Amino acid sequence: MALPYIEYEKNIIDQGLETGTERLTKERIAKVVDKVIGGETGARLKAYVDTCVHCGLCSDACHMYLSTKRDPKLTPSAKVKRTMSVILAKKGNVSPAFIKKASEIASTECNLCKRCVQYCPFGIDIAYVMSVVRRICHLCGVTPLYIQDTAHSHSVTQNQMWVKEDEWIDTLQWQEEDSREEIPDCRIPLDKEGADFMYSVIGPEPKFLAQLLYQTAIIFNAAGLNWTMPSFPGWDNSDMAMFTGDSEIMGRNKRFHYEAAQRLKVKKIVMGECGHAFRAAYDMGNRWVSWAMPPVPMVHAIEFYYDLLKSGKIKVKEKYKKSVTLHDPCNTIRGRGLHEKARYVINELCENFIEMHPNREHNYCCNAGGGVINCGPPFKKKRVSTNRIKAQQCADTGAEILITPCHNCHSGMEDIIGDYGVDMHVKFINDIMYEVMEKPGLE
Amino acid sequence: MNNFNGIYNFVSGPLVWLAFIIFIGGSIYRIRNLIVLVNKKERYIYTYMSLKYSLRSIMHWIIPFATVNWRKRPLMTITTFIFHAGLVIMPFFVSAHVVMFHNAWGFSWPSLPESFTDTVTLLVIICSIIFLIRRLVLREVKFLTDASDFGVLLITAAPFITGFLAYHNVGSYHFWVILHILSGEIMLVAIPFTKLSHMLYAVFTRAYIGSEFGKVRHARDW
Repeated sequence: MALPYIEYEKNIIDQGLETGTERLTKERIAKVVDKVIGGETGARLKAYVDTCVHCGLCSDACHMYLSTKRDPKLTPSAKVKRTMSVILAKKGNVSPAFIKKASEIASTECNLCKRCVQYCPFGIDIAYVMSVVRRICHLCGVTPLYIQDTAHSHSVTQNQMWVKEDEWIDTLQWQEEDSREEIPDCRIPLDKEGADFMYSVIGPEPKFLAQLLYQTAIIFNAAGLNWTMPSFPGWDNSDMAMFTGDSEIMGRNKRFHYEAAQRLKVKKIVMGECGHAFRAAYDMGNRWVSWAMPPVPMVHAIEFYYDLLKSGKIKVKEKYKKSVTLHDPCNTIRGRGLHEKARYVINELCENFIEMHPNREHNYCCNAGGGVINCGPPFKKKRVSTNRIKAQQCADTGAEILITPCHNCHSGMEDIIGDYGVDMHVKFINDIMYEVMEKPGLE
Repeated sequence: MNNFNGIYNFVSGPLVWLAFIIFIGGSIYRIRNLIVLVNKKERYIYTYMSLKYSLRSIMHWIIPFATVNWRKRPLMTITTFIFHAGLVIMPFFVSAHVVMFHNAWGFSWPSLPESFTDTVTLLVIICSIIFLIRRLVLREVKFLTDASDFGVLLITAAPFITGFLAYHNVGSYHFWVILHILSGEIMLVAIPFTKLSHMLYAVFTRAYIGSEFGKVRHARDW
């Protein structure tokens, strides 16, 4: 069944963009462009921009282009043409209104998912070019309001959701207490020095997804693991500053995260089912602070669940009955190659796994990641409208459950299946593992 | 006739030297600039470079239909590969080129049969027309296309069009031969300084992203 196209309002008003633009002057733009293009970027940007021959072969990579009756403005290369190409051609001599538009394009019309990299014969990294545009807009002070708020939160509280330290600890203790009703000796060990690993999550988990902490506690206790969580800043592995172009805060977030692990003297970090946090910790934030690779071994939940099942530490009582399909998140699949491990995990947990197509590294983006969903309500309709192809891809599987091991994907998928009327429910691997596993201490 | 000879001697003599000097010098200059820039500002790139994954990526993309996107667009793939093979490899094996080289330097190598090179020339011209039509008709390509993209296409197609007309003696042979040589020289000179520089940079961008995908991301980039 072909899903309908949903129209969206093209002139979106965002208070962050409006106010930022009002304050912006051409002199400041010129200064920023000089700092970023002249100072921060180098051979990569030059080679990418000089090498692109405008062949348009990247078009089919982009879910937004495919979802909008092939709007030529939404091909990956077109987004560069509408932003960076103009900035470079005019050597930074562009108007505040141009920067506003560029910020909207870079922040809400590109998820930095890098699918187009796989479609460009030259391997031009358009996501990188769009990140540089975001960086320029950030330094110009023109960023969408909602995502800027999360970056502010990172700056002030070292977590994404303005979670205060006592609230964080309180939430963990509340979840621990609840979990003890199910398994009496269940623990969420805080600040346990020398534990085997530190478990880190994103700000939204304590804020409004606390059941994930509960389920994780049950899983780790059932597996008999020696683990801990920090009671102090560094517990949040997320990084919206990475997506606003605020590299300084991004780097600082990563320092807090890794230094928390070092302070607790753990052997490694395990992070929850979040994609962008993985990208920040594995690929971008670490590089900003000059760590070529993570300074503390760090694995994503998918990989960790794989280990738990493979080693038999978690045993499945009865496989999940409903039919499931899997959305491959960009940051852990295209960004870390965990697609086969994810399939192993799902096949171990579920009876009936249906592939969506295309899949693995070639999967379509959720259109929520890259900070797009974090730009908030003003852009929601646009985000849903420009991802019809994903909803179609999910609907075509006919599965009852959509597994998305990534927070941004998860929220974005809920929006699209809701608005396109696809009859599905979205779950994390964590939800299903908790449901089907053996719980040895159970009373 | 004397006039033709004078111009012919000029374009096939000093201008050839000049064109090659600018082409080779310019290419070295552009590649050197890129490497200097990497060393100056992005040295960390070397940390992630890998010969194995660079080659893995390059090999996938220089083999027709070896990547998902090549398979998705068969007409474009065939056009691209014929066009580039014709452009880069064939000029070395056109019998007239080999003969000229022999006359000038006293040694030569086997050439391809004229009927074959003639057909390939025609194919390259057809490919150029397909590229042109894409730019004019496909909305997503049209949106991306600048005036310079047509210019670059004309520069690359011109040596083939003029060569084809000269070989088939359409009108004045001398006229087309002179234009043929001249257009070849223009193309050489244009390579380092226009979008044709993708000939120089593609191997670097491909190698870098291939390395990132292989070594860091553990994922395919094709």
